[in-house]
Amino acid sequence: MGAVTTIQTAFNLVSPLIPKYVIAIVVRDMVLLELSPTIIAIIFAGKVGSNIAGELGTMRITEQIDALEVMGLNSSSYLVLPKVLATVFMFPALVVTSAFLCILGGYLAVSFTDVITPAEYTQGIRYQLNEFMVIFAMIKAVTFAFLVSTISSFMGYYTKGGALEVGKASTSAVTNSVIAILLADYLLAQLLAEYLISF
Amino acid sequence: MIELNNIQKSFGEVTILKGINATFKPGLVNMIIGASGTGKSVLLKCMVGLEQPTVGSVMYNQRDFSHSTRKEQIDIRKDIGMLFQGAALFDSKTVEENVRFPLDILTNQPLDEKLDKVNQVLDRVGLTNTNGKMPSELSGGMKKRVGIARAIVNNSKYLFCDEPNSGLDPQTSITIDNLIKEITQEYNITTIVVSHDMNSVMEIGDYIMFMHQGLKLWEGSSDEILDSEVDEFNDFVFANNLMRSLKKLRK
Repeated sequence: MGAVTTIQTAFNLVSPLIPKYVIAIVVRDMVLLELSPTIIAIIFAGKVGSNIAGELGTMRITEQIDALEVMGLNSSSYLVLPKVLATVFMFPALVVTSAFLCILGGYLAVSFTDVITPAEYTQGIRYQLNEFMVIFAMIKAVTFAFLVSTISSFMGYYTKGGALEVGKASTSAVTNSVIAILLADYLLAQLLAEYLISF
Repeated sequence: MIELNNIQKSFGEVTILKGINATFKPGLVNMIIGASGTGKSVLLKCMVGLEQPTVGSVMYNQRDFSHSTRKEQIDIRKDIGMLFQGAALFDSKTVEENVRFPLDILTNQPLDEKLDKVNQVLDRVGLTNTNGKMPSELSGGMKKRVGIARAIVNNSKYLFCDEPNSGLDPQTSITIDNLIKEITQEYNITTIVVSHDMNSVMEIGDYIMFMHQGLKLWEGSSDEILDSEVDEFNDFVFANNLMRSLKKLRK
């Protein structure tokens, strides 16, 4: 993503009035504010969300959840809570890794092409970094992780029927999670953009 | 002992159970039989707390299970073991972990004691040295036996079995039936089996309750079945050739 963004931005910012390092600033801001949290959250919903819904749905239709209830366990907290906590704690780490790799990807792209020099890219990446962007990315990460895990758990936990319904629950988990991610992305942008400017 | 007092259960406008009264005694295999869709499984779910009766109460040794608090229900549930239709083993756990699970969540025993108990019950159901196997590696009959082991590992006083023979060949069915009967007598458990397999009923049923359209229409022992005069019950029982032959022989 970082490499593609760098190349695409370089092709579009051709004015001699704009310093070359601005390309790296654009890449950095896009990666931190949007690409890493949002795109990775959508991929996360597809991979982990469908997995959670499928697992819980299968447990429901094979009566494993009933077995937990009969033993006196609160099945929803036993099964859902660890998933929510794990995603909320680990997804930010995934976003940080993704952001690092994106920026590294951009660096590799400029190293192998002549769109800008690696020195200009490094300068742009370090130029006037607003630390709130990282906080913003983490807020997004935690929100998206919470949405994906809770929506997917809900879809899986309340599955009724058989194997067909487990498949449907997985699909619903992914589609609903993606819609929720995009809505939350917009709301967070509205709520936090002001802080980003004033930070 | 388990007592059912006027159990009624409705889902919206549809009434599934229409006032069931029954008493299930310890040390006996109590069987609930009836055609599909008569409410047997719903009754079983009401008894173990997976469904709440609309009217009536389920009493475990004079303790009202249906109207007790969650804490009291958990206390009663410690004495309940259940064998589900498909065994309901946890896919991600080994046989040993599955059987140990109730001990992990309900007791504070040290690991050694738990493992001893697990090995003891696995041995009892004839599954020695299967501790490390995953449920996917087991046959249907083995899964059912692991299910029974899990249900009795915590010295349960009540054992519920939802169609324990479904999907099993006749020989394995007899093995599972005999195991249920032996365990019931050995541990003096109150066992309740939901089934529509007449072979099982004749083989292991001590007390039999017949349900039809949400009502209890007949109750008695397996010896009394052939003398029944309830038409719906006779239609159900003598639908199979073996039972008809048995009745002719009796005459």
